[in-house]
Amino acid sequence: MGDVKVIGASLSLFCCRIEWALKHKGIAYEYIEEDLRNKSHLLLRYNPVHKKVPVLVHGEKPVAESLVILEYIDETWRENPLLPEDPFEKAMVRFWAKYVDETCVISAWTASRTKGREQEKSLEAARESLEVLNKLIKGKKFFGGEIIGFLDLVVGTLPNWLKFLEESEGIKLFDTKELPFLHEWAQRFTEIPIIKGSIPTAEDLINYNRDHKKAE
Amino acid sequence: MADEVVLLDFWPSPFGIRLRIALAEKGIVHEYKEEDVWNKSPLLLQMNPVHKKIPVLIHNGKPVSESLIALQYIDEVWNHKAPLLPSDSYLRAQARFWADFVDKKIFEIGRQLWATKGEEQNAAIKEFLNCIGVLERELGDKPFFGGDTLGFVDVTLISHYRWFLVYEKFGNFSVEAEHPEFIAWVKRCMEKESVSKSLPEQEKVYDYAMLLRKKFGIE
Repeated sequence: MGDVKVIGASLSLFCCRIEWALKHKGIAYEYIEEDLRNKSHLLLRYNPVHKKVPVLVHGEKPVAESLVILEYIDETWRENPLLPEDPFEKAMVRFWAKYVDETCVISAWTASRTKGREQEKSLEAARESLEVLNKLIKGKKFFGGEIIGFLDLVVGTLPNWLKFLEESEGIKLFDTKELPFLHEWAQRFTEIPIIKGSIPTAEDLINYNRDHKKAE
Repeated sequence: MADEVVLLDFWPSPFGIRLRIALAEKGIVHEYKEEDVWNKSPLLLQMNPVHKKIPVLIHNGKPVSESLIALQYIDEVWNHKAPLLPSDSYLRAQARFWADFVDKKIFEIGRQLWATKGEEQNAAIKEFLNCIGVLERELGDKPFFGGDTLGFVDVTLISHYRWFLVYEKFGNFSVEAEHPEFIAWVKRCMEKESVSKSLPEQEKVYDYAMLLRKKFGIE
């Protein structure tokens, strides 16, 4: 079938998902670290449209966009499936994955990049969207049920990233009292062997941010 | 038990049109319910409480929202006729990638095109034509993005066509002049009954766009 390569950036929210999916299915791969400030010919060749990470290269064939890559991995290697079989259940998982990326992440990102009234609006939107996730995980061990699934990998780095934004921008996003079920899920998720040690912590992100700022 | 399929939609919406085309391609009997997006019905708010948007596909009482997600749902449930996604997993990934590209780029750039003027509009025209060029290159020699027949990307993209003509009118430019192969693809799609019957009338879309411009104070 061909060897598998992952082009990623170690602290990227979206790249971890891909490595976790491959590990979850026991697929061997080569990881290639990309310097996003100085993009390689390899990245530009394999993702000429968006020039972004992650990119999965399977036997020289590239797949880009993390959610597209996750579906490709799940369809190509059928063991330990990430998505449910039932089309309606699958549609629900896809819906929530899109919600995480387009609503939760974007509103939190906007809140960290703005001030005043615009920041207030984004913060409200971010908190509302996180409350929705909190309700979604209530009473469940993982978003995928008894074991992790597609949505767990998608939500994955979010709590640590939110804590990083809180620390670096002085905003309130991930209150463990307001989001208790999401907080408990995060603790369970980070204990899983394939996740532990390969998930960027808030501290990793803070340190990187500080070093990156010094370099400028 | 007979399937009960309802589509909550709004006539000029490219996102709704995608589902109309898919339902027509697969010959799925359904009830079409027109929504007034400026005055949303209790049914819409109940069926899509998160985003409160159309389109929503309701299958035996269960709602699926977000057009590309609903499109895949339709393809998976009614998989015996007119498949939209190919069976090869790499080609499926490519189709999803390009549908995502259309989703991310076309609507947003298009909105800037009819909602702005001057420098901002010119920048949007340039970006729009650039995207069309990228899509044209991806199409290559194939009659459709899906190969010999309409596929996932074709359905996703052709749904915007009536709005392309609105963009051209307000931006004073021509897609055909820059990208004739792209327009040749449009014409091939329009020959399909499922497409031509699912697109609203051009004049009505112009009128609606004019209404929106007035509503948002752009003139």
